[in-house]
Amino acid sequence: MFANLDQIFVLLKQFVVGLLPASWQPVAGVVLCVAAIICVFPALFAITVLLERKGLGRMQNRYGPNRVGPYGILQPVADGIKSLTKEDIVPLSADAVVHFLAPVFLVVVVFLGYAVLPMGRNMTLVHMDAALLFYFSIGASTELSVFMAGWSSRNKYSLLGAMRAVAQMISYEVPLLMSSVAVVMITGSLSLDKIVAAQNQYTWGLPHWYIFTPWGFAGFVMFAIAATAETNRSPFDLPEGESELVAGYFTEYSGFKFAEFFLGEYVGMLSISGLGTTLFLGGWSSPLAVLGWVPSWFWFFSKVMLSMCVYIWLRGTLPRLRQDQLMNFAWKFVLPLTLLNLFVTAMWHFMSDGWERWVICSAILLLAYVVMGRSGMHREHFGPRRYRYAD
Amino acid sequence: MLGEGILKGLAETARNFVGSYFSAERLTTVQYPEQRIAPIEATRDFPFLVYDGADWEAGLRCVACQICEKECPPKCIYIEKSTDKKPDALGKPQFYPARFDIDISVCMSCQICVEVCPFEAIKMDTEFELSTTDRFGGLLYDRKELAKSNEHYHKIHPTEAAAVDAHLAGEKAKADSKAKAAVAAAAAKAAASAAPPAGGGV
Repeated sequence: MFANLDQIFVLLKQFVVGLLPASWQPVAGVVLCVAAIICVFPALFAITVLLERKGLGRMQNRYGPNRVGPYGILQPVADGIKSLTKEDIVPLSADAVVHFLAPVFLVVVVFLGYAVLPMGRNMTLVHMDAALLFYFSIGASTELSVFMAGWSSRNKYSLLGAMRAVAQMISYEVPLLMSSVAVVMITGSLSLDKIVAAQNQYTWGLPHWYIFTPWGFAGFVMFAIAATAETNRSPFDLPEGESELVAGYFTEYSGFKFAEFFLGEYVGMLSISGLGTTLFLGGWSSPLAVLGWVPSWFWFFSKVMLSMCVYIWLRGTLPRLRQDQLMNFAWKFVLPLTLLNLFVTAMWHFMSDGWERWVICSAILLLAYVVMGRSGMHREHFGPRRYRYAD
Repeated sequence: MLGEGILKGLAETARNFVGSYFSAERLTTVQYPEQRIAPIEATRDFPFLVYDGADWEAGLRCVACQICEKECPPKCIYIEKSTDKKPDALGKPQFYPARFDIDISVCMSCQICVEVCPFEAIKMDTEFELSTTDRFGGLLYDRKELAKSNEHYHKIHPTEAAAVDAHLAGEKAKADSKAKAAVAAAAAKAAASAAPPAGGGV
């Protein structure tokens, strides 16, 4: 019964595909999976937006949306209808073709990343040996879309936003990759299926998730920071910077194209949460061996939604960084630590299994964190800034 | 240590998040159409015309002097003076506004009309739910729509209205005594002229 529930989507797909003639079956299977992904993740996007608006409201001691439907749960529907019925404006001097292509490109690229994510047992669309590499190469393409949007709008705000976005995304791409490389070093594979399989083991009922190792924990924290910056999410939302750049690179977008950017951003967040889950939080494996009977896809989606809640929590807490702080943080703090983490991971791999490697690896990372944190915070230019003409 | 402040901040927002579900005093939002808070006494938005008594047309204090029309900075008042005169509250024949329109889409609620009115005839209202589907006609109020009783004025601005009433009563008393004195003087004069002086030759 539970095994069936675990494989329910796989069985469903096999059933539907089985109804078709044999020559159509491979194509139909893929189309079906793609359709499922294209339906499920925008639905999760709607849920996330609602959670975000309600959650942020509560964090600021407000109610949040509570008018559309009971407790405001139909708010995403109202938002969707609104954005669909709004006028789609293209500025006269904008490059119309690129302006049109940018949001489409973003959505396409963001959805491509899901092709390799294992969303449950036997629930990977494409079993690729270099899945992680594929994911990162696709993920890096979102920068192109952001820059297309900013450049083609022919607007200073858009261009500034796009410039910031490119600088930020390229800077944080490096720690994002570096922190994932640690996982690849331990697993010995770029295949996300194998990475999940390596974590889906239990000792004393506890899982072998990489986050429960010193290098994995450090890697996860830095992955989370870099992922937040990659998705232009608060506190790294400089490219959008509502208070300074209106909406940054999508200032000149309205109606459905604006909605597409919005969708792309959130689906990208869901996607990178899925990758973080796969790399460090055990993917679809259950958090306790005794909970192994719960369907694997349930664990994957719970972990992703939990990551989204953390995203929302961070957004409700942290103010936006300044551009120089952002760059300093990436190049002078996160990147050195990820490099050190690679070294620690190698040590972990070559030291014998025992308590010594836990102590040594944790000590190195903790020491580096404390020392770098202190030296960074006591630097003159990190202190409160004086504005010569504003005093 | 680095990150301490972030953790503190996260704890604070978490406390707010959870607390907002348990303590009602955290949520200060007034859910407007269902919940309302009583307006403070000095609230004002658009002017109205005060009338005394039961009949709005007869009781209007306005004498169409047009001072407010001239003083209004955005020129949202339009007054047509009557050609005939009607007795006012003091019994004195006065002009009255044959037309008195205020375009509240233009009015900026500055209260200058109230301050310049020598007859205490125009005051500020507190009614704010004035939205309409007709943005031209619906927002142009004629004198019938503008006329509101003195009781209404007492209800919305009790302190101010009491002071205005006292002032008007004083004015009325002064006018009455003046009228009485005038009547007495006229009577004395009439008496004097009626009775020829005794010693006319002196």
